[in-house]
Amino acid sequence: MDIDFIEEDKLLVLKITEEIDHHTTDRMRRLADYEIQRYSPRKVVFDFSGTSFMDSAGIGLIIGRYKMASMIGAKVEIKNVKENIRRIFEMTGILKIIPIIGEEDSCEEVI
Amino acid sequence: MKKLYDNEMNLEFLSKSCNESFARIAVAAFASQLDPTIEELSDIKTSISEVVTNSIIHAYDSDDEIIKIHCKIKDNMIIIEVSDTGKGIEDIEQARKPLYTSKAELERSGMGFTIMENFMDEVKIESIVGIGTKVTLKKVIKEECEDIT
Ligand SMILES: Nc1ncnc2c1ncn2[C@@H]1O[C@H](COP(=O)(O)OP(=O)(O)OP(=O)(O)O)[C@@H](O)[C@H]1O
Ligand SMILES: [Mg+2]
Repeated sequence: MDIDFIEEDKLLVLKITEEIDHHTTDRMRRLADYEIQRYSPRKVVFDFSGTSFMDSAGIGLIIGRYKMASMIGAKVEIKNVKENIRRIFEMTGILKIIPIIGEEDSCEEVI
Repeated sequence: MKKLYDNEMNLEFLSKSCNESFARIAVAAFASQLDPTIEELSDIKTSISEVVTNSIIHAYDSDDEIIKIHCKIKDNMIIIEVSDTGKGIEDIEQARKPLYTSKAELERSGMGFTIMENFMDEVKIESIVGIGTKVTLKKVIKEECEDIT
């Protein structure tokens, strides 16, 4: 996982660089929690551009980090989600609280 | 004697979490002889990951138990049976429900069976408490339009 913190926006970007399953989430969870505690960001963005696979373990991972970020008043967003992963997010209904940002179809709203 | 299936494959591995990716890649490689689309292949991979992870997390307490996968192909259908000899499921109807999980403390979301049902054509669960669980997944690989014309 690549980590990027943008100080002036208090924005923490966590770029996931591997496949997300039960085997890989333990490490990602520890890393993400550590970085969220360290920076106390205002917003946490999970960047999925390096991720080709995710199963339900990813849902648990994102919801868990959402709960943690909420405690310090931070928002959580996700971006660059591939179609196969987007379908899994859509199935669970969590996009209502954790939106996908900055992609073609939502571009107009962003600008 | 005429064989019932066009092709078959067996896998047997230990209940270690690193085998989750091995299992889904191996089954996807076997399924690729049906010429699935990238989307169909992704549906199969995700479903195998769900069912194998369930055996590892819910069926067993240790990582040296055995999980078996039996794959069969008949015409353009792939049938995948995944079985464990673990704890078993008491209430199968409840287990199928979206958001039901017996392991919320492990950050599970209870979406495994829901994902499988969305991605596969059929999901059959057979389970006996104390004996084990067998999940049968079926998917018809659709013929692409280009092939027909
Ligand atoms: N092989 C199995 N052996 C015993 N119990 C199982 C097995 N597979 C599933 N279960 C039971 O069925 C429930 C629902 O499974 P499902 O995959 O839908 O959700 P989950 O594994 O709890 O969460 P998620 O898959 O979203 O991470 C599990 O919580 C567990 O109680
Ligand atoms: Mg599951």
